[in-house]
Amino acid sequence: MSKTARVKLFIPVLVFVVLSAVFFHLENRIITGDYDPSTLPSALVGKSLPEFSLTTLADANTEITAIDLNGRPALLNVWATWCVSCRVEHGYLNSLADKGVTIFGLNYKDDREQATRWLSRLGNPYKLNLFDVDGKLGLNMGVYGAPETYVLDAQGIIRYRHVGVMDAKVWRSRVLPLGLDW
Amino acid sequence: MIPEIGHFALLLCLPIAIFLACLPLLGAQTDRVLFMRAGPLLALGQWLFLLVSFICLTIAFLSDDFTVKLVTMHSNSALPWYFKFSAVWGNHEGSLLLWVFILASWTLAVAFASQSLPMDMRARVLSVLGMISIGFILFIIFTSNPFERLLLNLVSDGNDLNPLLQDIGLIMHPPMLYVGYVGFSVAFAFAIAALISGNLDAAWARWSRPWTNVAWAFLTVGIALGSWWAYYELGWGGWWFWDPVENASLMPWLAGTALVHSLAATEKRGVFRSWTVLLALLAFSLSLLGTFLVRSGILVSVHAFASDPTRGLFILAFLVLVVGGSLLLYAIKAPAIRSAAKFSLLSRETFLLLNNIILAIALAVVLLGTLFPLISSALDLGSYSVGPPYFNAMFVPLALPMLVLMGFAPFINWKRSTKIIQAVPIWLCSVAIALLTAIFGALALAKQYDQSFHFMAFVTILLSTWLLAATLLHLWSKAKNQQGFSAGIKKLSISYWGMVIAHSGIAITALGIGLTSIYAQQKDVRMVVGDEVSVSAYRYQLTSIDTFEGPNYSGTRGNISVYKNDAFVATLQPEKRFYYAARNVMTEAAIDAGLTRDLYVALGEYLEEGADSGEGAWAVRVHVKPFVRCIWLGAIFMAAGGLLAVFDKRYRQRDTANV
Repeated sequence: MSKTARVKLFIPVLVFVVLSAVFFHLENRIITGDYDPSTLPSALVGKSLPEFSLTTLADANTEITAIDLNGRPALLNVWATWCVSCRVEHGYLNSLADKGVTIFGLNYKDDREQATRWLSRLGNPYKLNLFDVDGKLGLNMGVYGAPETYVLDAQGIIRYRHVGVMDAKVWRSRVLPLGLDW
Repeated sequence: MIPEIGHFALLLCLPIAIFLACLPLLGAQTDRVLFMRAGPLLALGQWLFLLVSFICLTIAFLSDDFTVKLVTMHSNSALPWYFKFSAVWGNHEGSLLLWVFILASWTLAVAFASQSLPMDMRARVLSVLGMISIGFILFIIFTSNPFERLLLNLVSDGNDLNPLLQDIGLIMHPPMLYVGYVGFSVAFAFAIAALISGNLDAAWARWSRPWTNVAWAFLTVGIALGSWWAYYELGWGGWWFWDPVENASLMPWLAGTALVHSLAATEKRGVFRSWTVLLALLAFSLSLLGTFLVRSGILVSVHAFASDPTRGLFILAFLVLVVGGSLLLYAIKAPAIRSAAKFSLLSRETFLLLNNIILAIALAVVLLGTLFPLISSALDLGSYSVGPPYFNAMFVPLALPMLVLMGFAPFINWKRSTKIIQAVPIWLCSVAIALLTAIFGALALAKQYDQSFHFMAFVTILLSTWLLAATLLHLWSKAKNQQGFSAGIKKLSISYWGMVIAHSGIAITALGIGLTSIYAQQKDVRMVVGDEVSVSAYRYQLTSIDTFEGPNYSGTRGNISVYKNDAFVATLQPEKRFYYAARNVMTEAAIDAGLTRDLYVALGEYLEEGADSGEGAWAVRVHVKPFVRCIWLGAIFMAAGGLLAVFDKRYRQRDTANV
């Protein structure tokens, strides 16, 4: 067997070595808290929401702006009826709302009729829902996909961004330590 | 007490697995019969102790032992017993215990079902399986102990199993999938054993073929079950989402499919030897990679288990040892492999090579689409999500030539096809059948569904009918060449039947995927009792709505009568359920299944504001899904074909001859 043919046989193991180096790098960053697949860094943390004026899901004639969300700490949950994981987290959002947590919804690139039905079918944990049909606010916020949840303080400053399903673990380990007065 | 027994039995498996990994291999290398003979006994011991451990965990779940943390987290006293049972593997720790138990079962099967193997070969195979077992047992003991107790704060009831998992499809889906994943460890072990011994002739391929087929068949069923479950349980009629975890199961399947075929070429003709070894290593390595992706918390997916980075590091270290080690061994030892036979361009070898090339490209497409978002975020290149458009765009051009080539495949002989001219009339005949079916089929579908002729529907029917017709006509021509058709049909080998059935399965699945994607229709409507809605040729009438109590939920059920041209077709009873413990509302779709179409109704929510006639209005989602059932029917055919081939006389004859 020629030398080049012998060298070729090492290609699979070399590819694998590179891949596992990437995985190790990722796992290490997860452990040191530098990277979390569910918390993509947001340029907006520490800033207020971008300016917007959107109608609510319930009423196409009511316009809402960022100021309307201020007053007390709240979650801003990005969801849509086309999103599989949103269904998974919905039960937990319901129980948070039961505990008195204020949750605003950002209904993202969705259909008004379908979204309304979804809420009456699965329960409505949202104090109000912004209807972002063309994803303009989502784009300005850098929304990566649904579901995502932003933590807002009473002044409307974004304190934390979570990508993926919101559950008890995230709530306890990520949101509660922010020390907001829920 | 019982959980402690289970934990203790699990701990005892570790020394047994260590002995299993060392003794038989040592015996084989130093030619000590006694050490080699220890293999089957150790395999039996390992299996028994894992069985005890698994039974103990099952008892904890069935008896609502809420002092066990895992039971509290994933079960509830109001759960029916069969869901308590499936809750055993409806979580990370329990599913790992099931995984390692299945591995031990495969090991036991290899130990006792392959008496005809040379003793040293069997010893090496058992040792390799023992090494894999050590890794998983350590993983469970150190990072994922299912028997952990909650001793301080006792709870009166559990958190309940995720309502999405309370379903018959989900009882069967994980075990089937694991039998498939873990089954590839046998082909892996054979390949490693062959590499260690340097005995890289075609023999190892013949020995691993039946095992690979069985594993592949189970994996096929497992994937199909998952897809079927998503279809009826999630409530919107989707059956494949290109979710990273689905991809993690598709990759070993693609590698396994390629392996099944290249093993045939290696066994029969001694070609592609080196490539086949690599594929055997890859199929199991991809199963392990899938495990890593699902359980390390590295991915965001609906399927992902509660993640813990230390678990991720552990599996990663294990992955590097097993996959890295085996690929390195391959790189060092493979130069000794010689592919003996030569073959001409028009030969079955060429076709199997094309099959492997297409499957390898498909594998690369899925691997890249799944890992690229991870790699780009690891290197801070920004976050990308690769969605269904990418996969669909890449898969369709791969599937079409595959279907064309598969139709020719059975007619091509090993080494060199000389009598190919005799097959031409059959091919022309198949093409004619396919053309006619495609033209009339596409026209009929257009008339039934949306009044427009879809070119892709035509192509779908053309290619799948071509594959089906060519395969069945080959069966016919092969049978009639003997003395009389019925005598001829009895003479056909079982593995040939396996091929015919499995390839027909591919044609059926391809037909289902193509036609469902094109013709599925859906309407979201508001209905009051008595209302009607028409979707394509079907008329749905809501006759009544009632409420009922389930074991751990309360439910609302609609009664919907379906008519076609005023003839009654079916009554559908979609439900929505409110699960008390999880505070979760689930939709249970009602489906009238048929070969050519599914009538699918999901009950939406109560629209109070729409109550105009004194009765409440309901949102209802109505689907008509043509040929969707073919997707899973084809998968059953594939699995049946793969299993059937195992019973071929060749494997049994060799067994009896050598005993």
